[in-house]
Amino acid sequence: MLLRQGAEAEIHLTSWMGKQVIQKRRLVKTYRLKEIDEKLRKTRTKKEAQLMTDARRSGISVPIIYDVDINHCQIIMEYLDAPRVKDVLDDLTGEEQKSLCVTIGKEIAKLHRYGLIHGDITTSNLVLLKGRVYFIDFGLGEKCCEDEVRGVDLHLLMEAFSATHRNPRCFGWVIQGYRDIFGDASMIEKKIADISKRGRYMRSGTIT
Amino acid sequence: MICLGIEGTAHTVGVGIVDEQGKILSNIIKMYRPATGGIHPREAANHHAANIAPVIKKALIQSGKKIKDIDLVGFSIGPGLGPCLRTVATAARALALSLNVPLLGVNHCIAHLEIGKVITKASDVVLVYVSGGNTQIIAFSNGKYRVFGETLDIGIGNCLDKFGRILGLSFPSGPLIEKMAQKGEEYIHLPYSVKGMDVAFSGILTATKNLIGKQKPEDLCYSLQETCFAMLTEVTERAMAHTEKKEVLLGGGVACNKRLQEMITLMARARGAHFFCPPPSLLVDNGAMIAWTAVLMQRGGCHMDIQDTGVRQNFRVDDVEVIWKDVITTRS
Repeated sequence: MLLRQGAEAEIHLTSWMGKQVIQKRRLVKTYRLKEIDEKLRKTRTKKEAQLMTDARRSGISVPIIYDVDINHCQIIMEYLDAPRVKDVLDDLTGEEQKSLCVTIGKEIAKLHRYGLIHGDITTSNLVLLKGRVYFIDFGLGEKCCEDEVRGVDLHLLMEAFSATHRNPRCFGWVIQGYRDIFGDASMIEKKIADISKRGRYMRSGTIT
Repeated sequence: MICLGIEGTAHTVGVGIVDEQGKILSNIIKMYRPATGGIHPREAANHHAANIAPVIKKALIQSGKKIKDIDLVGFSIGPGLGPCLRTVATAARALALSLNVPLLGVNHCIAHLEIGKVITKASDVVLVYVSGGNTQIIAFSNGKYRVFGETLDIGIGNCLDKFGRILGLSFPSGPLIEKMAQKGEEYIHLPYSVKGMDVAFSGILTATKNLIGKQKPEDLCYSLQETCFAMLTEVTERAMAHTEKKEVLLGGGVACNKRLQEMITLMARARGAHFFCPPPSLLVDNGAMIAWTAVLMQRGGCHMDIQDTGVRQNFRVDDVEVIWKDVITTRS
């Protein structure tokens, strides 16, 4: 059963060795050249599986990977029967929003401390299950310990918050949680401010 | 109501006249083309100053309207090159004051979106806005048009123009690169730079520049286009998936490129989404889009005094409160 058509993959709910699982299939994109398409789909599938495995080993909540098929650009993983942060955040009370955002910040900090970059942290790619925040979709992720790349990672979430969610304080809470775990994050916060200025037109909003 | 709109954010000075239904009565543009190199802001501004009055006259004649029929003046208040913006702003203020009609400063990027919507009858779109200076993926959310993805360094048109200049092509090089790309046969691997819903072009430009002399220029044009447009199409699709919107609209001069149109069409079809693309005269910078957006703003109750009409070089789309929301949400 097709659960969701993402931008680059179809997410199917299917059964595999007697379990209900997610089958993530990166589809051929006919709009781009085969040379570009194949390379992207294969490298992203492989990288995603590697990063998710690494994240899980480091104690970060991600779905368990059961099987990877590089040639078919397909990953079989655990099914999380839970809502995305995108769908619940705006309906929470201010206090609940704060606590969720702080948790998100902490989880991102853990990820970064283990040298992992998600690459596409939007509230669509965060799942809330039993009070835990799970990361999904590591397709644009990488292994990296540079402040610049960490800054870009967080900046993406900042943009996603301002574009999709009503409460302007959310990202500040994320940073608060991030600091709790990461320790001195001042370099990264400075990077985020730098990256915002790099856009074609400067944003009036700043992190609070 | 008849509105006259003046565009002048960069290389083009344009005047368009529209009625309150969005019918375009005239749309005249005059483009500054440097003999060598790219746009020099001061030279472009001088070009606009020299051409604004004749272009206004021409637009009036073509529309069949008299100057006293004009009820509203709109102008591009930003974003864009300072000298160009100030030149057309001065012209717009003078015109509005002499006619004693309201004056509204319009966000140039939003104008691209609004004209595309009214012409193609699209309603709730993801706009792929691709021009020399701008590369943004824009959609309506929470009372504003918001930028979901954008370039982290240079605009796509700027990337193509810079590459074209090294190949010895004249400005703007995009259309010439498009022709050369059609003769390309071999794809040369270039870096592919997508970060979430954002893109970056400067690294690809450098990589392609470094291959000049080592590979056929046609193959380089082809590979550059294929890579950059694939990235743009990918982030557009990401924005569509994220916002769950089912319509995609093109805007900006680079959207005239047939290969980009084809890629976005194929992407939309595969997602079961609708593809909209206005004619080239409304894709490039033009006055009609400014006029129509001014009509929408006035209808929404927007008012500006002369002192509010200072130009805004860094005007972002998400700085605009969309108060003409009733027009946007008519369908839903």
